[in-house]
Amino acid sequence: MDPKNAQGKHLSLEASAGYDRKTIDYIQNAAAHGLYEIRGLGAKRALPHFDDLLFLGASLSRYPLEGYRERCVTKTILGTRYASKPVELDIPITIAGMSFGALSANVKESLGRAATAVGTSTTTGDGGMTNEERESSKILVYQCLPSRYGFNPDDLRRADAIEVVIGQGAKPGGGGMLLGQKINPRVAKMRTLPEGVDQRSASRHPDWTGPDDLTIKIQELREITNWEKPIYVKVGATRTFNDVKLAVHAGADVVVVDGMQGGTAATQTCFIENVGIPTLAAVRQAVDALEDLDMIGKVQLIVSGGIRSGADVAKALAMGADAVAIGQGILFALGCNSETYVQGGEHHSALADYEKLGTAPGFCHNCHTGKCPVGVTTQDPILEKRLEPDVGSKRVRNYLKTVNMELTTIARACGKQNVHHLEREDLVALTVEAAAMARIPLAGTQWIPGQEYGKC
Amino acid sequence: MSEITVDLAGKPVREVNRILHDPLNGVTTVNVLNPDGAHNIAVGINEAVKVEIHGNAGYYAGGMNKFADIVIHGSAGTGVGENMMSGSIRVKGFASNAAGASAHGGLLVIEGDAGLRCAVSLKGADIVVDGNVGSFSAFMAQAGRLVVCGDAGDALGDSLYEAVLYVKGNIKSLGADAQEEPMTEADITGLAELLAKAGLKHDPKSFKRIASARSLYHWNADADQEY
Amino acid sequence: MCGIVGLLVKKPELRPQLGSLMVPMLIGMTERGPDSAGLAVFGTPVNEAHRKINLYSGMTEAGSDFNWHGLAHAIREEFGTDAEIATSGNHAILTVGNAPAPVKHWIHEHHPKLHILSTGRSMDLYKDIGTPTEVSDRYDFSHLQGTHLVGHTRMATESAVTPDRAHPFTAGEDFCLVHNGSLSNPNGIRRMLEPRGIHFDTDNDTEAACRFLEWRLREGDTLENALQKGFDELDGFFTFLMGTKDELALIRDPFACKPAVVAETDDYVAIASEFRSLAHLPDIKNAHVFEPAPEEMYVWRT
Repeated sequence: MDPKNAQGKHLSLEASAGYDRKTIDYIQNAAAHGLYEIRGLGAKRALPHFDDLLFLGASLSRYPLEGYRERCVTKTILGTRYASKPVELDIPITIAGMSFGALSANVKESLGRAATAVGTSTTTGDGGMTNEERESSKILVYQCLPSRYGFNPDDLRRADAIEVVIGQGAKPGGGGMLLGQKINPRVAKMRTLPEGVDQRSASRHPDWTGPDDLTIKIQELREITNWEKPIYVKVGATRTFNDVKLAVHAGADVVVVDGMQGGTAATQTCFIENVGIPTLAAVRQAVDALEDLDMIGKVQLIVSGGIRSGADVAKALAMGADAVAIGQGILFALGCNSETYVQGGEHHSALADYEKLGTAPGFCHNCHTGKCPVGVTTQDPILEKRLEPDVGSKRVRNYLKTVNMELTTIARACGKQNVHHLEREDLVALTVEAAAMARIPLAGTQWIPGQEYGKC
Repeated sequence: MSEITVDLAGKPVREVNRILHDPLNGVTTVNVLNPDGAHNIAVGINEAVKVEIHGNAGYYAGGMNKFADIVIHGSAGTGVGENMMSGSIRVKGFASNAAGASAHGGLLVIEGDAGLRCAVSLKGADIVVDGNVGSFSAFMAQAGRLVVCGDAGDALGDSLYEAVLYVKGNIKSLGADAQEEPMTEADITGLAELLAKAGLKHDPKSFKRIASARSLYHWNADADQEY
Repeated sequence: MCGIVGLLVKKPELRPQLGSLMVPMLIGMTERGPDSAGLAVFGTPVNEAHRKINLYSGMTEAGSDFNWHGLAHAIREEFGTDAEIATSGNHAILTVGNAPAPVKHWIHEHHPKLHILSTGRSMDLYKDIGTPTEVSDRYDFSHLQGTHLVGHTRMATESAVTPDRAHPFTAGEDFCLVHNGSLSNPNGIRRMLEPRGIHFDTDNDTEAACRFLEWRLREGDTLENALQKGFDELDGFFTFLMGTKDELALIRDPFACKPAVVAETDDYVAIASEFRSLAHLPDIKNAHVFEPAPEEMYVWRT
């Protein structure tokens, strides 16, 4: 109820859109500390996204497939361009790169086991490859990042694919960050850093800059691994059309495009929210680039950044992606932002620990503190026990299975026997922004803003 | 003691790398003729062997080396010995940019000058340069040692972690968080051993020690740093 | 991104071999630049009263069948001056006994899709889409003669792959520029120059750098001073190689991330992005080979 004035009449409180409560808090925090805010997770602002697209299911002009009896193939092969051993996945949903250091060793093991159970891949991160992950994950993608923390030829030789990371969606143009409280002895040793010291990764690779030199670097990685393993090139979404073309010219087998909704364990909030473009716009540009070079089917595209459900996966595939990578969704599946954690077979409440962080379940983004109440993004020896690999791997496996089932449900409803047969003509848009960014017509019309009417 | 020779003239570098990656079966030395600036020569070696490259190498010569001893009788392009884990690489001529980038172990010796960003992101290896090094050398160097017998350019050791630098000649400027410190007895002894291993004659006492001031290690609002 | 090459022969007896020495250098840069290639070659100047205008018809409807002789004839009629034309498919060198500006203006008016590549007394310029091998064959680069040249192979980063966006770019007369790298403020530079009467043909970042230098030279700066101002105003990563009627000049930005290597003997000075391109040159084993330092200007004169 609004408060009353001296005459006992209700006042109406008028909030400002530009200087809302959140903005006032931000300014006053800055005034108090002289520090920018650093946090985890991805962009929280509302953005044009896959939610603004809908599928045109079958009816009279198209015929659907039966849900259970008629097969819908999800097998996905990545890296057919040059590698003698391409990556073969059972589903087009992979686990994105997240570092050991950002995540605990228990989590890395959970992810590996879950991925193996459903027949997909996991990806290392800015901390290098752990034995837990290599042993538990049947298909492991090894990242080569600007920091080169822990990067070594033995892990390169035992990886199934290599991902050269130019940037990530949460902070294209920036390098990794891990604050001192998460640099425990093991993390420190793997990253060749002193314990407890803030880690700031470089934003450029140390020994190459630009696509002309990336070409030579990719050749080096191929030579070292005897041309066996696919080489992915990952970019945070900005000038995606140009970047994808250049990645192809530089010799990539697979291009990974991470939109601005992509998560992080620690980045400046202003960076997360203001740099990069939405995944929806990026996918379209990436596909345009591959079509321009006649590389569809020869160089594969993986899309990430805010992929949450089977519907999102279906839309990404319909727009032209070959696969997706999920990061934040996996963490939520593990228990991120859950009220409880499971330890010793029982649920325990985590509410007190959220409160200590000044937050609550459903609102927490404090991965950077290392005090994850549910043991996911922590190196603390007590907290990390709150995520048991048996529990974690089962949850992630269930989540991936669910997402895959949703994907095939939608594909069948559109009459596809193979999820890779979904196409952009199966989609319509709900908003003008989404229509313009994805170049998909507004539902019920043939209109795409900026295009000649009827052309898509 | 068995030697073989590979002539790279008109051939892809896969030829020599394939030989070096397959089991060596008693071959102790591999000679590479006519490298002519080819890239990625002798990358990813994983066995003890001597490699003699007779001419100038392109990018990433000896990249990710383990156990091998490589000599380049000429100059080396960008990233010689990048991410080396062990073994040794010697460049008789000059080295281009990013020499020894992110190297974890082993010894890299450059008898001529090294370009910019020598020892960038160093992770534990020893790098010894008889000539000068370019600007931004030892940028974000985390562990290991860089020895410069000549001069250093601008911003030496910017954002240095725990790597230690020894410079005999002139330093144009130091990078953020790098500072000169007095040479200790341990520095002098260690440096003497390293110079001897590199086959260079310089008096260790004539070198300056550069290390991290460690003031960028933790974010501190009051420290007025650019972070 | 790109590959650059430069070659200057010090001995007159080597001038006939300029092209044949250079072609393998250019082809060595194919991986760095597979989209397009170009070069500017400098040789004996035509006399004071004449000018050479290099033209490209690849973007006209007629393409390689462009009626070059018809063009020369029309210019002779229009200006009452001699006008000779040497042609090679979609490329032509028009030599006129007239100030070039009115002729160029006339060409713009009557043949808007004919692209003017260069103007000068000493310089000829070729550029087209295609691999370096294709472009070299198309214009018979191996038979070019002269004192020095500047060449380039392109991997487009932001602007499109079209012939007019290939390098070299030119400004004024007998001046050209090739670039390896990527400028981060080309649009601001363009918006600063356009009101000063500097006209842009493309949205290419290299053209922004070239026009900036054109402006400074027009304002009376020496090349050295113009480049010094360039260091302050142009942002990003670059190795620039420039040619004037009697010089080759090279500079690198302070970060020097884009590669460059120089080989010098008593007979020649050769420049390339990678040593690979220099390996075949005569007596390379005894050449003085070095990498240019950042932010320094290197100038070689014929």
